[in-house]
Amino acid sequence: MFYREAGDFKTSYASDNQTFPIKFDRYRYYAVMFVAFAIVPLIINDYWVSAIFLPFLIYSIAAIGLNILVGYCGQVSLGTGGFMAVGAYGCYKLMTGFPEVNILVHVLLSGGVTGLVCVLFGLPSLRIKGFYLAVATLAAQFFLVWLFNRIPWFYNYSASGQINAPERTFLGVAVTGPNTEAWASYLFCLVILTFCALVARNLTRGMQGRQWMAIRDMDIAAEIIGVNPLKAKVSAFAVSGFFVGIAGALLFAVYLGAAEAGDSFGITKSFLVLFMIIIGGLGSIFGSFAGAAFLVLLPVLLKNVLVGWLGWPTDMAAHLEFVIVGGLIVIFLIAEPHGLAQLWRVAKEKLRLWPFPH
Amino acid sequence: MKLKLATLALGATMAAGPVMADLVFPSLSYRTGPFAAGGIPFADGYADYFTLLNERDGGIGGELAQVPECETAYNTEKGVECYEATKDLGALVYQPLSTGITYQLIPKVTADGIPMHTMGYGRTSAKNGKVFSHVFNYPANYWDGASAGVNHFLEQAGGSLEGKKITLLHFNGAYGREPISTLEALSEKHGFDFNAIPIDYPGQEQKSQWLQIRRERPDYILFWGWGVMNQVAVQEAANIRFPMENFMGIWWSGSENDVIPAGDGANGYKALQFHNVGDDYPVFEDIQKYVVDAGKAAGAGDQIGSVLYNRGVYAAFLAAEAAKQAQAANGTSKIDAAMMRDAMEGLTITADIMSDAGLPNFGPAFNVTCENHGGEGMAAVAQWDASAQSWSLISDFSPSDASVVGPLIDADSAAFASENNISPNCN
Amino acid sequence: MPDQLVFGMEVFLNGLMAGVLYALVALGFVLIYKASGIFNYAQGVMALFSALTLVGIMEGQVPFGHIINAVFGTEIHHFGWHVPAFAAILLTMGVMVLLAICVQKFVFRHLVGQEPIILFMATIGLAYFLEGVGDLMWGSEIKKLDVGLPQGINSAIDEATLGMFGYGFFIDNLDIVATLIATLLVITLVIFSQYTKQGRAMRAVADDHQAALSVGVSLNFVWVMVWSVAGFVALVAGIMWGTKSGVQFSLSLIALKALPVLMLGGFTSIPGAIVGGLIIGVGEKLFEFAVGPLVGGATENWFAYVLALVFLVFRPQGLFGEKIIERV
Repeated sequence: MFYREAGDFKTSYASDNQTFPIKFDRYRYYAVMFVAFAIVPLIINDYWVSAIFLPFLIYSIAAIGLNILVGYCGQVSLGTGGFMAVGAYGCYKLMTGFPEVNILVHVLLSGGVTGLVCVLFGLPSLRIKGFYLAVATLAAQFFLVWLFNRIPWFYNYSASGQINAPERTFLGVAVTGPNTEAWASYLFCLVILTFCALVARNLTRGMQGRQWMAIRDMDIAAEIIGVNPLKAKVSAFAVSGFFVGIAGALLFAVYLGAAEAGDSFGITKSFLVLFMIIIGGLGSIFGSFAGAAFLVLLPVLLKNVLVGWLGWPTDMAAHLEFVIVGGLIVIFLIAEPHGLAQLWRVAKEKLRLWPFPH
Repeated sequence: MKLKLATLALGATMAAGPVMADLVFPSLSYRTGPFAAGGIPFADGYADYFTLLNERDGGIGGELAQVPECETAYNTEKGVECYEATKDLGALVYQPLSTGITYQLIPKVTADGIPMHTMGYGRTSAKNGKVFSHVFNYPANYWDGASAGVNHFLEQAGGSLEGKKITLLHFNGAYGREPISTLEALSEKHGFDFNAIPIDYPGQEQKSQWLQIRRERPDYILFWGWGVMNQVAVQEAANIRFPMENFMGIWWSGSENDVIPAGDGANGYKALQFHNVGDDYPVFEDIQKYVVDAGKAAGAGDQIGSVLYNRGVYAAFLAAEAAKQAQAANGTSKIDAAMMRDAMEGLTITADIMSDAGLPNFGPAFNVTCENHGGEGMAAVAQWDASAQSWSLISDFSPSDASVVGPLIDADSAAFASENNISPNCN
Repeated sequence: MPDQLVFGMEVFLNGLMAGVLYALVALGFVLIYKASGIFNYAQGVMALFSALTLVGIMEGQVPFGHIINAVFGTEIHHFGWHVPAFAAILLTMGVMVLLAICVQKFVFRHLVGQEPIILFMATIGLAYFLEGVGDLMWGSEIKKLDVGLPQGINSAIDEATLGMFGYGFFIDNLDIVATLIATLLVITLVIFSQYTKQGRAMRAVADDHQAALSVGVSLNFVWVMVWSVAGFVALVAGIMWGTKSGVQFSLSLIALKALPVLMLGGFTSIPGAIVGGLIIGVGEKLFEFAVGPLVGGATENWFAYVLALVFLVFRPQGLFGEKIIERV
């Protein structure tokens, strides 16, 4: 009833092009933001932050980054884990090298460094396309992990090669290290995620985003209408790398607190983030959130239901978890091949017309 | 097994309640994932020993022990989730069972005041209790292992390693690189040539590494591997006919799983151990009687006496013993994590204590102090007999070379202390 | 002859053998991709699953014994018989055909005509599913697989080269057997696809679904067949790798070794998979031999990809891939 445009007149381009053209959507968005920023931090505890919110927020950032590259620009990447490692190790070097600089600056800087590295490995994309491009990014994945393992400078010559996040504060509140309050780390990641999502949304609906999508849909045609493929592809790799690097830095500094290249940033991480955006929906910011939520929340939920409530042995529950997650992926794909975002879109479309569908 | 489901369901409903009267020993196990084969027997042993105490003795000092299990799949992120999920149950001590998870939990357990016991893994320099107040790694750590391995080779070579060549074949990651600095220091001391050959995860394909070994013909090989890497390495060593008695794995490369797939070729392969092997101990008869036959075993009950099962039992025994000593010291059966930590810091394991628990000579006798959270680094060497299908210790537990390991530990813990603004002290 | 050259030759030969094993895994990918345009992420898990099933049948293990015992309170683990290797392989093949039929019926029949990335995603779902089912069915401990393949150094080659170069080459008997079997497999596949009716149907479908459909080829049948053949290839790969390391979860990771081979050889070419496998095998082994010690070793994983990358920059469709024709 409320979910429709009727009576909601647009008198300017700006209002016609807004992200949430329907009033109800807009208010829902404000409500979500309000809950996320004002209510959740008050009621959150260590378990919820560590098990659900931090991974969700951080993987959302990574998924947005990868979605820009894969979903908007059409360049398949399987190097996400390696690029996250660049962010993490960059952040570690900055944190220990310049302890007096604000942690936020470190996180953003490590995103920038990752962007540069990502561009370097993205250059072959000018010649190699489709699934074959994955080889370039896989080379990045394996090479970067090997490099971080190999060169002691990256882990400050510690005996074991693990990196540890020392305590750093933001506005006087600890956001990394063991004494961090649940709400502080949550808010820190939430602010960065909000920033990333806004940037991504505005980039993708502007000229840059249209260029990316033109390249994705058909690069030769795009070139003919005046899109420079070099600039478009390189910028997609740079922006994607920036977000992925931030995610890696947060994953290490705020979430895990300690990391090792092979352990935390292996090939499985690359696949995980790719799965997120495919399940969520390629070329959709909302899809990145939905996919991250699906793959972070579902295993935790299943585990709690199977082990916590039904009292199954943990190993059987874990195996069954795989069966259920795999089955759900297939069922979702058969029901809606274009991901959760498309399901959401269809649902909204239906709601818009309800209760008078004709 | 049916009963097991019922007890687990009961345990879960109890776990949901806020008040925990029992002694809680969370088990962060990994029964799935690439390392499941190593995780299952350990988790079974850990749980079965506490079940035995509950069934036979009515718990520890009259308090029932509870072992809530949480599956980590050896994945660091799931490990964090497991830690947060179990710490509010009143957890007394953690056994994270993975180097990655250990490193994450070191700052967390210190802030939360819960002790953590990383037995033969984790951060080696945690032995320095002045810096790592809540982390314990008795009875032995990786650097002790490296030193014990070299000591054994020294004995084997007739007292001198001058001019010999020792190769470290290792997992290319934090865990595998641990012994390098120790071995470098030892090579200077004993005058042997040392080189390290890394293998990348997962280690299914090791042709290059073994061809290199075949070319270079080292006299001895030390091996730091885990997972499929172990089975392939033992197989390849047999393939190139490397003399097995000169090939020695760390304790994580020395279980039945690692040698059985290679069949007869694995005969003579050695591995370091910090506890005894085999099933010839009174406690296993009790476990069979009170736990397995009663249908309360954590697993299928077929792992008893296997190396990793024994390690789980040993870990549980050390935890239970610390809890007992905490109860005695505080005059109450209801102990908390802080009392547990203090007891672990003053833990004394003697031959009598082990015998009383039905585990005579099962491990080294040692005691823990505030300065030394790692004991004397006692390790022994076990050898595989392929025809008898069994491991047996071929040496006594002997201490590591403290003159080499000690300074390395001081240096590494000092670096950690300065990076994290910890002022080392013992109160 | 200088030592380094002799060593290099040994490494080269071993690289060829390793390459054959990589190619074996890659072959499964190529078959399915060629016939249906699906990049089958689950190929590695299929190798694990088939090997688990093989061991389970040979040992007479009760499938899902773990769950049955937990639910009904029974204590059954084994049927108490041992099936000979050959019969067990045939039975496992039957299971893989059954799996192929299920996959086709329940998954891909509903996804005909979807974009490649979505089909890829479906195989990811399948991989998760199979991994869970495999573990639930047969348990996750390491199992020894012994179908009677020889292992260990080949003495004849060792002695012959010792006489020739003064240094005995190490060639694993298992690798020799694997090479023979792989060669046999490829020849069979080529004969099958060139000279049999079903093989022609398979090639027709690979060329053009709709044209094949219009001349009366049953797509469903061909796809089930292709998945079965891929299942068979997975089984062979599973046996080869499983003999070496025991059957365990890590077997599913061999798919990672096949990826650079695929990229190098082209997704659609069987000879490409073979040649690609050989190039990758030799390339990574020689690089590790020559450069590895200088940079600290363990270079094989990334070098395989870098090698493939270098080839691709000059030939973007892979060595034997179909030429990419771009029209606007």
